[in-house]
Amino acid sequence: MAVTFARVLRGAGLLVPIGNVLMFVEALGRVGIDERDHVYWAARSTLVHRPEDVTIFDRAFAVFWEHGEVESVAEDPDTVKVTLATDDESDDDTDASGEASDDPTVTLRFSPMEVLRNKDFGAYDETELILAQQLMSRLKFAGPPRRSFRFRPAQSGSRPDLRATLRTAISAGGEPIRRFWQEPGERMRRLVLLLDVSGSMEPYARAMLRFVHAAVAGRQRVEAFSLGTRLTRVTRELNSRDPDLALRQASQRVQDWSGGTRLGECLRAFNDEWGVRGLARGAIVVILSDGWDRGDPAVLGEQMQRLQRVTYDLIWVNPLKVSPGYAPLARGMAAALPYVDHFVEGHSLAAMEELANVIAGVSARRS
Amino acid sequence: MVGVGGVYDEAVHHVVSMAWPLACDAMASTPTAHPTSPAEVSQALSLHGYLPDDGLATAVFLTLALKRPLLLEGEAGVGKTEVAKVLSRWTGGELIRLQCYEGINAAQAVYDWDYSRQLLHLRAAEASGEARGLGTGVLEEQLYNERFLLKRALMQAIDHRGEIPPVLLIDEIDRADDEFEAYLLEMLSDYQITIPELGKFTTTRPPIVVLTSNRTRDVHDALKRRCLYHWVEHPDFEREVKIVRMRVPNVIEPLARQVAAAVEAMRGLNMYKPPGVAETIDWAQALGALGVTELDEHTVDSTLGTVLKYREDQERARQHGIAGMVKQAFERSMQQP
Repeated sequence: MAVTFARVLRGAGLLVPIGNVLMFVEALGRVGIDERDHVYWAARSTLVHRPEDVTIFDRAFAVFWEHGEVESVAEDPDTVKVTLATDDESDDDTDASGEASDDPTVTLRFSPMEVLRNKDFGAYDETELILAQQLMSRLKFAGPPRRSFRFRPAQSGSRPDLRATLRTAISAGGEPIRRFWQEPGERMRRLVLLLDVSGSMEPYARAMLRFVHAAVAGRQRVEAFSLGTRLTRVTRELNSRDPDLALRQASQRVQDWSGGTRLGECLRAFNDEWGVRGLARGAIVVILSDGWDRGDPAVLGEQMQRLQRVTYDLIWVNPLKVSPGYAPLARGMAAALPYVDHFVEGHSLAAMEELANVIAGVSARRS
Repeated sequence: MVGVGGVYDEAVHHVVSMAWPLACDAMASTPTAHPTSPAEVSQALSLHGYLPDDGLATAVFLTLALKRPLLLEGEAGVGKTEVAKVLSRWTGGELIRLQCYEGINAAQAVYDWDYSRQLLHLRAAEASGEARGLGTGVLEEQLYNERFLLKRALMQAIDHRGEIPPVLLIDEIDRADDEFEAYLLEMLSDYQITIPELGKFTTTRPPIVVLTSNRTRDVHDALKRRCLYHWVEHPDFEREVKIVRMRVPNVIEPLARQVAAAVEAMRGLNMYKPPGVAETIDWAQALGALGVTELDEHTVDSTLGTVLKYREDQERARQHGIAGMVKQAFERSMQQP
């Protein structure tokens, strides 16, 4: 019975490892199955590990143990694998590095690549999108490091490394002749990407999601969220190395794709549930959005201010910025701008490369 | 059993010293850290100053019964850390606390060698001419000896000598980094620590382990899988009143009800940081210290800083109207459960 219930939960999209099912069985043995509440809490504390999953769990529990109304608990996600045609990897390697080569084929293909680099994302077709994705996966998102509490060995320094010093002293008959030192290590700052997936961003969001995926899969400590009518965390979905799989998972997770925009409300949700609590503290936060907001611009301004106070650096990427004579007329954009540390373009591959540089160079300009 | 006797005494002593208002005769006669039902856990925790809801009581019961670590997540100030403290008071096990932070490593959490003393020992051996005769091997053996070992929290929890298992609180695990989590996973799987120079340390009485997280990032799935999990919610109105009464005994019932009602109203105002139980208690204490017996607009306004810790939140409360909030709180506090 417990095993069947676990399968129901899995069908509804929860991650239920077999070890936890065993734990659940053991727990049932202890609390008994006479009382509904006991069974409920035993199941919940052994099988659920995230507050987001509680609603799904509750529904599944009602159906399974209380024979409640079945209202689409389990909907197996579409598992049809879509394989996108891609160019030969080795070919692209040569292209991207842009090295001069006598091979005529490469020269021929170099030019479209250049065109592609500066082409507006909005005018991309499927093939170009895939090509762009491969280029983006090579971007480096280093970012400035922060000082870590962890020490590492150093040539010289202020802090003696007693462990190493002692080790060598033993063989010298107890005389610490050689001395070792250590210095504080460095850690990468967290990078948080917030992608606007509303209707007005549609031409760009597809390409930008690939950019976000490249960042999430490319290094540690990257978090990704989508903004639309609601806030959705997509870090887990995008974490797969397989881009097709990652993008499909993320698209499934984001329910408000190409819907309306409530930037201010979404940012508030981000600040409340993640950002101010710790995720954005000392981090580099990048918002990818055109700044069109249906909500109250005052809310957006307020939330931006709140966010800026905890971040190390706040970058706004606006694909519309490149248009000649662009002025931040969108009310949301105007409200947000005072709190943005860097305001950059984001309409093309070249612009995204520039963004990667901005992220990497933040410290240089600060210090 | 010595352990049970100790718990018994402490429980009785506790009741006497706090003049605990709930009827607890039934509990006092069967004090034990081996409860047979969640209800028993609930009673025992209440007796020691913590009022759990059913979910938490079940989770704690299972933690004790299945000997698994308990992972508590929830907003700041809902009383996650307090769970470990009350478990320690109840079982009589020593509370060993490990506060996590970014970059915490084994030397700070598990063990380290006392290098300065080791160096001194070496110098002494050398000065007396002993070192030359002994050879490197013997010298090393002398140095990597338990007497030069600095036992940190995790090591203390494993290498305890008492009858009663200690309560190990690993606080704010989300602040530590992944590498540390991986280490912790290993230690929590078989309650065993290996020191290369000394060998394995293990225990027959594993500690009661409570982990807390504020959820600034996801704790790794592998670690979660090992643990029982409970998301700690803000208490409902009646429970919060009881908590205030218990923690701030000098605040009279009507005031406690008004405070709980006002806090409940504030939580509904979309605050940056909705007040937690910790703030409710702070506020009640502040009011108690001021000798207040009834909420009024002026008192709330002047003590707002103990409940709402953001300027914007205080402004929001004032904009909403403190007079109205007080009135609302009065009405709510009159409602019977």
